[in-house]
Amino acid sequence: MNDSIVRIPLFERADWEFSTIQRAYDAIETIALGDLGLSVYPNQIEVISTEQMLDAYSSVGMPVFYKHWSFGKQFARNQGMYQAGMQGLAYEIVINSNPCISYIMEENTATMQALVIAHAAFGHNHFFKNNYLFQQWTDADGILDYLEFARNYIASCEERYGDAAVERLLDAAHALMGQAVDRYPRRRPADLRSEQLRARERRDHDERMFNDLWRTVPGQGQVRADPSTEETRRAILQLPQENILYFLEKTAPRLAPWQREILRIVRQIAQYFYPQSQTKVMNEGCATYVHYRIMNRLHETGRITDGAMVEFLRSHTNVVFQPEFDDPRYSGINPYALGFAMMQDIERIATAPTEEDRAWFPAIAGNGDAMGCLREVWANYRDESFILQYLSPRLIRQFGLFAITDDAAAPEMRVEAIHDERGYKRIQRALARQYDVSHIAPDIQVVDVDLAGDRRLIVQHRARNGVLLDARDAAQVLQHLADLWSYDVLLKEIDPSGESVLKEHRASPRPGIAQALFG
Amino acid sequence: MHIVDRRLNPSGKSLANRQRFMRRAKAMVRKAVHETAGQRSITEGDEGGEVALPAQGVHEPSLHRAGSGGMREYLLPGNKRYVEGDTLPRPPGGEGGAGSEGSPDGEGEDDFRFALSRDEFVELFLEDLDLPDLAKRRLMEAEAPVWQRAGYAVSGSPSNLALTRTVRNSLSRRIALRRPKLDEIARLAEEADAAEAAGATQEAAELREKLARLRLRASLIPFIDPLDVRYKRFDPHPRPVAQAVMFCLMDVSGSMTEHMKDLAKRFYVLLYIFLKRRYKNVEVVFIRHTHVAQEVDEETFFNSPETGGTVVSTALEEMIRVIGERYPADSWNIYAAQASDGDNTASDNDRTAGLLTQTLLPACQYYAYLEVGRDADHFPPGFIRRESDLWQTYAALIAAGAPIAMRKVSHRRDIYPVFRDLFARKDAGQEAALS
Repeated sequence: MNDSIVRIPLFERADWEFSTIQRAYDAIETIALGDLGLSVYPNQIEVISTEQMLDAYSSVGMPVFYKHWSFGKQFARNQGMYQAGMQGLAYEIVINSNPCISYIMEENTATMQALVIAHAAFGHNHFFKNNYLFQQWTDADGILDYLEFARNYIASCEERYGDAAVERLLDAAHALMGQAVDRYPRRRPADLRSEQLRARERRDHDERMFNDLWRTVPGQGQVRADPSTEETRRAILQLPQENILYFLEKTAPRLAPWQREILRIVRQIAQYFYPQSQTKVMNEGCATYVHYRIMNRLHETGRITDGAMVEFLRSHTNVVFQPEFDDPRYSGINPYALGFAMMQDIERIATAPTEEDRAWFPAIAGNGDAMGCLREVWANYRDESFILQYLSPRLIRQFGLFAITDDAAAPEMRVEAIHDERGYKRIQRALARQYDVSHIAPDIQVVDVDLAGDRRLIVQHRARNGVLLDARDAAQVLQHLADLWSYDVLLKEIDPSGESVLKEHRASPRPGIAQALFG
Repeated sequence: MHIVDRRLNPSGKSLANRQRFMRRAKAMVRKAVHETAGQRSITEGDEGGEVALPAQGVHEPSLHRAGSGGMREYLLPGNKRYVEGDTLPRPPGGEGGAGSEGSPDGEGEDDFRFALSRDEFVELFLEDLDLPDLAKRRLMEAEAPVWQRAGYAVSGSPSNLALTRTVRNSLSRRIALRRPKLDEIARLAEEADAAEAAGATQEAAELREKLARLRLRASLIPFIDPLDVRYKRFDPHPRPVAQAVMFCLMDVSGSMTEHMKDLAKRFYVLLYIFLKRRYKNVEVVFIRHTHVAQEVDEETFFNSPETGGTVVSTALEEMIRVIGERYPADSWNIYAAQASDGDNTASDNDRTAGLLTQTLLPACQYYAYLEVGRDADHFPPGFIRRESDLWQTYAALIAAGAPIAMRKVSHRRDIYPVFRDLFARKDAGQEAALS
């Protein structure tokens, strides 16, 4: 970088215009791609107003989304909170798409716009493009087109089958959204663009091939395997199946084709957001670290004024503030604070390690290439594996982390581990578990269908550590499941070790959803 | 890098979602609106505002693990004094050591609070209410005509000439009658000249003759004939008068307590919100009376005490005077609501009845009488204990077929039901009169 020409500040006042943003973007881009070696999708920066930000909030940040009352509820809640001054708005929203779209608010000052560009357009963008989970599970090229398709498809269903029918179906599908992701890759590549084509082709094919005579051809029954044996039944139905919406889409006996398509849409969208929930700490840590480095670099080279730097630091320290557990403000571990601290810690270990660090992290300690380590980390880990690997004893001491177990059978809770030699490993593991999806989400699977009898669907919850499902919600979700399945449903909560049944829930279908087939 | 300015994009993208939400939560929102309305002061009666719904009502269920029971593990920051093996009691209320940690999905079980716009508020507030049939019938009579285009006419004022239509008619007539075109005549004249110049006299003579025939034909068939002419036609259309005046009549004599005035005020506010929804322009006239009546402003109407006897007919006379001066019945929809504790000087009852039936009721769209009672002697609406003078007078009028709506109210909570009762959508033919 040529220091002689960059000494002029990018802006000196709080207000900004489009040329200011362009100048700031160019300066930030030089640092991000040059000094930090980031690799990003092309950026698209969109300036929006407060009200549009509230709009975006209520459609999970996406620019296009189908219509449903729950988004209206979200909007009403956010608007109420915002107007009452109980909640500020995010400075930005960034969408994992190619090109990467960042929304920035018009109310932001010039400093905040620079911060937001560094944070979202480079930090998050780099993470989206390079992290293995996003590469594996999401299709940044196709998501916007797919959402457009989803919105139009659902709108056309509302026209053809009525708002009420679609709303009921979406209610049911949303209730099962948490059980609608494939946790392990299947054969199907994630390509949402061809999803639309396939949806159309499936319908066309069904219409072309329909011939009532096929029903009367003899001999059909003989080739079919006997579904009464459990083994063949499980093979035909692909059981056990933890993706309940997938199972319903493929096998629910009385759903109409459009209803299956909508279940598919909800499932695809759930899958798209699945990596985001597993990389909160890393994603925010990466973006916060990137904006911190960039803003400091801008300040060092005189491109932002001291005043702007103070404004940035104030906002930055607010974001990475971690209240302690006995603080009334405490509401869990702040992913920004933990992520940023860990990224900085890796930088420190790479450049100025202590003896302890050399013992704990022999692979990276003192190798001098902080950005190289970080880029490798951002590409190949998710929160759980990242914490397990890189949470250093020094950070455990700094945060004063301690683990508590609460056994319902014991009279009191017990401190299991603190920040001492014996506790480091246990704390690493315990914190990693808090970010492990397979540990947080209940383990629920469709295990069997009574095909020969009353077609009852049997779902199983393996209750880890004896923690049962929230009974009230479980009953409601099970009701939705029964409506979709259109026969009785039985949910067994079993103890994973002894396989003994701890609790059973049952539900019978209400008329409504399945009737659409005959309507 | 592109910068896109989205600020000018149409906002309100969530409107469809919001409407779906409102439809979903309608019953709950309606209940919340009425509860909220009861707590408000009168002046902000028709503002929008925040309402609270029970959280469970619009809950979105999901399968998640319960908040208690079994074996749990917490990891917390900020250890100062604990060492491994310490035991500590469970914090009261919440399970686990996670102080103020919310429920697992991050959503509390508090009431769901959100803001309604003024329109949404009033919409829910006045849902299922309608002007009584009586008023609708009258509404159709009180019209001002408005002129609307209605096709074409063969006669009319020159300023209304429909040029395009006229020329079109003329064109088709000219084509049908084979009127020679101007360039046709010009071409023939040129050919004749050319033939003459070439010396072909025979041919030139034929052409000249043909030309003369064409010219004669063109002069006989006019370019525009009176037959072609069309005028724009306008028809008068009746348009309902979109302005209303609301008369608030109240007895302010000593027997009216603050409580009674408060009840009356609430009723007036409801009526005002209601009329405001139907008419673009609503004016309010306050007339208070003791043994004399006077038109006053709102502040004085509700707040300044008066002493004296009670002569209802004075208020009616004052109202007739105001109508005569400022609100002619053919251009204003007149609504009147009278509030009183029911006292009237005995000798005045006949005069009151006369004024009402002969002058006021024919001019009014709607006349409501609200008899307010003391809070202490509360009774369910509709239950009549002792008929007051005024009540008896009006009851007799209603029995004779006069369109007066009357109710008794003695507690704040009755106001809204009574109002709903008065204006609830009714089947045709059913009179909105007696309780």
